[in-house]
Amino acid sequence: MVDQFMSWWFWDSFVGQGVLIVAQIVAILVPLLLSVAYLTYAERKVIGAMQLRKGPNIVGPFGLLQPIADAVKLLFKETILPAGANKIVFIMAPMLTFILAMIGWAVIPFDYGLVLADINVGILYLFAISSLGVYGVIMAGWASNSKYPFLGALRSAAQMVSYEVSMGFVIITVLLLVGSLNLTDIVMAQQGDYGIFSWFWLPMLPMFVIFFISILAETNRSPFDLPEGESELVAGFFVEYSSMPFALFFLGEYANMILMSAMTAILFLGGWLPPFDIAPFTWIPGPIWLFIKIAMVLFCFLWVRATFPRYRYDQLMRLGWKVFLPFSLFWVVLTAGVLIAFDMVPNS
Amino acid sequence: MILQGLAFYLFAAVTVAAGVMVITSRNPVHSVLFLILAFFNSAGLFVLMGAEFLAMILVVVYVGAVAVLFLFVVMMLDINFVQMREGFMQYLPLGAMIGLILLVELILVGAAWVIAPQAESLAAVPAAPAGDLHNTRAIGNVLYTDYVYLFQVSGLILLVAMIGAIVLTLRQREGVKRQSIAEQNARKRDEAVEVKQIPTGSGV
Repeated sequence: MVDQFMSWWFWDSFVGQGVLIVAQIVAILVPLLLSVAYLTYAERKVIGAMQLRKGPNIVGPFGLLQPIADAVKLLFKETILPAGANKIVFIMAPMLTFILAMIGWAVIPFDYGLVLADINVGILYLFAISSLGVYGVIMAGWASNSKYPFLGALRSAAQMVSYEVSMGFVIITVLLLVGSLNLTDIVMAQQGDYGIFSWFWLPMLPMFVIFFISILAETNRSPFDLPEGESELVAGFFVEYSSMPFALFFLGEYANMILMSAMTAILFLGGWLPPFDIAPFTWIPGPIWLFIKIAMVLFCFLWVRATFPRYRYDQLMRLGWKVFLPFSLFWVVLTAGVLIAFDMVPNS
Repeated sequence: MILQGLAFYLFAAVTVAAGVMVITSRNPVHSVLFLILAFFNSAGLFVLMGAEFLAMILVVVYVGAVAVLFLFVVMMLDINFVQMREGFMQYLPLGAMIGLILLVELILVGAAWVIAPQAESLAAVPAAPAGDLHNTRAIGNVLYTDYVYLFQVSGLILLVAMIGAIVLTLRQREGVKRQSIAEQNARKRDEAVEVKQIPTGSGV
């Protein structure tokens, strides 16, 4: 039945191809936006539980309708354009943040062969997308024409550029082990006899930790949320934003968190692979394993936020440039050396 | 093929238009933003040529790092735009001359293949053998074998430039408080705390 439907001539035509691609994009984005909405709910519930509070519990059963209520509230508010703002850049900044958080998902493989665009340089594409994220913040800060957003934007620019360097080196160490830039190849390289223990988090444990801390800084999350440090900069780069533009920043930030968690899951936690290659684990389909892994990384994001105080700015820079950068550079050389010495270079 | 052609003209037109806007827009921040747009569309052109690795590196290096720092500096400049435009006519002949020389040289590069037929063989790149070898690996194969010395030299040039920039801007200032984390961690209880027994009613 399904095969018959898919072999209809219409799907091979120009329009049919376009319809198929749009359908695939919708199939990725709708669950993603729902996850973003419920990530905000999860954040409030988790932090609430850690601080011995209840969290949202009034709207709907267990407060489950809270994110929808929040979204509706934001939609119906008035969009305020500050008089001194640079209007076009001011409007473009939240759009850019949101778009970048969405298009990264084009290359994420949910299962073997289940990916929208299976490109050869998938991991570089993700890295490029995440490095563009800084423009949303800088443009917002500059276009607001106000001091607190501007300070937030400057902090964010320096912070994201710094941590990108060590992130790049971490990605290089993983690529040395895989011998390919394709995300599907990266996951398949982690399939081994020891299940969970042949994933890259174990041989690359220091890099896994550095990568996790770097993505916290890259997504401007606590304890590195200096661009929006409320005790000094009111709300940082989005002080002047209200209503829908604010909602786009908010959605973009959370979608970026999920994207970075997916990247961690693919690079270090074996993507869609089950932890053990035996019966009860292999019954669960791949996308669900990927979802569980992403959820675990996201929980760590929230856990860190509820536990750690914010870093001081000079300490943040010191950690990035004087600790992570030399260490990850050393680890790149070490990994390459070990691979050459034991003649284990993949795909040579 | 039609789609490819359309995409090419879209990327090319936006690149050229953005390039024009870089030099004509009044606000320097807008100029940098248009420059970023131009970079991005050239990355699109690279993808159309099948050079996806170069496209991604262009985005990561130029858009993601160089242009951010550029924007960072330009945003903090305090420029009077009217004052900046005053010398426009004065610098016009010089600028036009440089532009003209560049144009002539570009034409000469193209003409060299006609004038000197043997130049064409020099321009031929060591092409990757056809097959399943994708271009990331093809670049790696020539960059780290045939051109390894040139690659190392370009790295050294960048290193020298970096050291030069640091030497030019580094200044030792007196009386600046710095945190030394190693020193803080090396402190022991004995040297940090001193316990004194003070009899009641008398000061320290």
